[in-house]
Amino acid sequence: MATTEVAAPPSPARNKGRVRGVAPAFWVFVGPFLIGLIVFVYVPIIWSVILSFSRAQNTVTPGDWVGLSNYIDLLKPGPFLDSLVTFTVFAAFIVPLTFALALGLALLLNRIRFMRTFFRSVFFLPTACSYVVASLVWKLSIFNGVRFGLANTVLGWFGVDNVAWLASSDPPWYWLVLVTVRLWLQLGFYMILFIAGLQRIPKELYEAADVDGAGRGWQTFRYITFPQLRATSVAVLLLLLINAYQAFDEFFNLLGNSSFARPPLVYLYYTAQGNQDYGHGTAGAVILALLIMIVTLAQGRIFGFGRAE
Amino acid sequence: MTVTTTPAVAAEDEASPPPNPRRRTPAEALATSARYLVLTIAAVLFLVPFYLIVRNALSVDTEITAADWKLFPTTLHWENFGELFTDPSVNILQALGNSAIVAVLQTLGMLLLCSMAGYGLARIPYRWATPIFYAVLVTLMIPPAVTFIPTFIIVSQLRWVDTYQGIIVPVLFSGFTTFLFRQYFLNFPRGLEEAARIDGLGWFGSFWRIVVPNSGAFFSAIAVITFITNWNQFLWPLIVGQDSSKWTVQVALSTFLTAQTINLHELFLAAAVSIAPLVLVFVLLQRYLVQGVAETGIKG
Repeated sequence: MATTEVAAPPSPARNKGRVRGVAPAFWVFVGPFLIGLIVFVYVPIIWSVILSFSRAQNTVTPGDWVGLSNYIDLLKPGPFLDSLVTFTVFAAFIVPLTFALALGLALLLNRIRFMRTFFRSVFFLPTACSYVVASLVWKLSIFNGVRFGLANTVLGWFGVDNVAWLASSDPPWYWLVLVTVRLWLQLGFYMILFIAGLQRIPKELYEAADVDGAGRGWQTFRYITFPQLRATSVAVLLLLLINAYQAFDEFFNLLGNSSFARPPLVYLYYTAQGNQDYGHGTAGAVILALLIMIVTLAQGRIFGFGRAE
Repeated sequence: MTVTTTPAVAAEDEASPPPNPRRRTPAEALATSARYLVLTIAAVLFLVPFYLIVRNALSVDTEITAADWKLFPTTLHWENFGELFTDPSVNILQALGNSAIVAVLQTLGMLLLCSMAGYGLARIPYRWATPIFYAVLVTLMIPPAVTFIPTFIIVSQLRWVDTYQGIIVPVLFSGFTTFLFRQYFLNFPRGLEEAARIDGLGWFGSFWRIVVPNSGAFFSAIAVITFITNWNQFLWPLIVGQDSSKWTVQVALSTFLTAQTINLHELFLAAAVSIAPLVLVFVLLQRYLVQGVAETGIKG
């Protein structure tokens, strides 16, 4: 790690600078960021941990101590645990689907020459679109529950009756809406990651495989491409999971405060902003932060950080 | 001259797949056709939502909700623009202005703070560099959205609710962006800076005159992706900018969507107008965006 050069002998040239000395220079560069990090990241987290042991209705001042009762309330069967179930179901759909389709598109694009940039741009274009705008199109146009919705129009050609996509939880067609909107928005992003990963695979490997008589299709993918993409695949899976964990925008805009599909952040939003219950809100935030920290640490990502590449 | 030590992802367009020494067989020609067929179908599906936005934005409500829904409307109602921009109950221009202020200031502020911090942590040998770097790393484990309630508590204590600084400032201190800059500066050629410092430029001078001007591609990549993220952010402006005078365009659209106080074609036109700047950024700067995604994604 480059930061081990702490004990480097001071060079005379350094003192000629306008910012003299290592310490003042360091604080000029890092100080403003560090102050912000403390005020807007560390202090809030510490404050919240303290507040989560208080009853804090309509207040953010700790004091009315209730011990662990906020945590116990949340971990009883109820809306908070339901929100974790919602996240799990959502992740079970969106993570493998995005992974497989993004990899598929990347592989397809890697095998064509003509119009490659065009196709890549088209799949990547939804990155420019917000979840709010996409939700609007999905809710009012594509999956509108009445006859003029695009999905119902298409189904109508095949004689299928109107589906109330978002208005009813039985059957749970709302999952199709939620999963497709995120798929459309994020597929291109992960496709780019896979394309970048594919380009880092040394060409010689394919040439060697060709000499060894490996088929250009499945065998090459199974024994060269996929193993070589391991680092990218792990990064993509983790990113997909972390992003699904933070899902808010599309659930909020498509379903609002519906009882059947509230992911954790939507639940916390209505607890803290709606009910002004900051005790339970901060306890929930602490639980969510701990859960995601466990996942990240278990994945070992952090330990790989800090290496010069 | 541009010094870049990152893999040149943007150059991918010139890279072609390894040449196949074998002759094209009918089976391969079939496979190629199948690939183009799949890609074309996928491309059409990907473009449909964009088409729907434009189509509905230039229709009248009866066409949007007609029982015999037509994919291609007969007339385009350009007068919808005038209606949207003069509708006193919608004030889309103010929302667009707020989004522009927020996204531009956040992007500039984040680039400035995080690049300087990243440079300091990467290059200035000082005993606090390692502990502070670990303090930054710890924050990477918790995505900022998860702690929106804690951050809101601080912002409300500062009396920053319903202010621009409340929306802008807390987002600036991105441990992740600082981490990316630090990694980038670790790989920046040392010789260049040392020459500058021997010439008496000092840390500050060599950063601004040598390092930044030679890192255009990296700064652009981070800037483009940060701008798009900030323009599209929703949860934080929703919580902090509660008063309609501080609504960003995303919050305004969401409110119109849930409250249904606006007619459909205006809503779709507002959505179209809200993505127009980004599509422009996207088309003009896609090279940097692609690099930014590859850059931030892999290491993220």
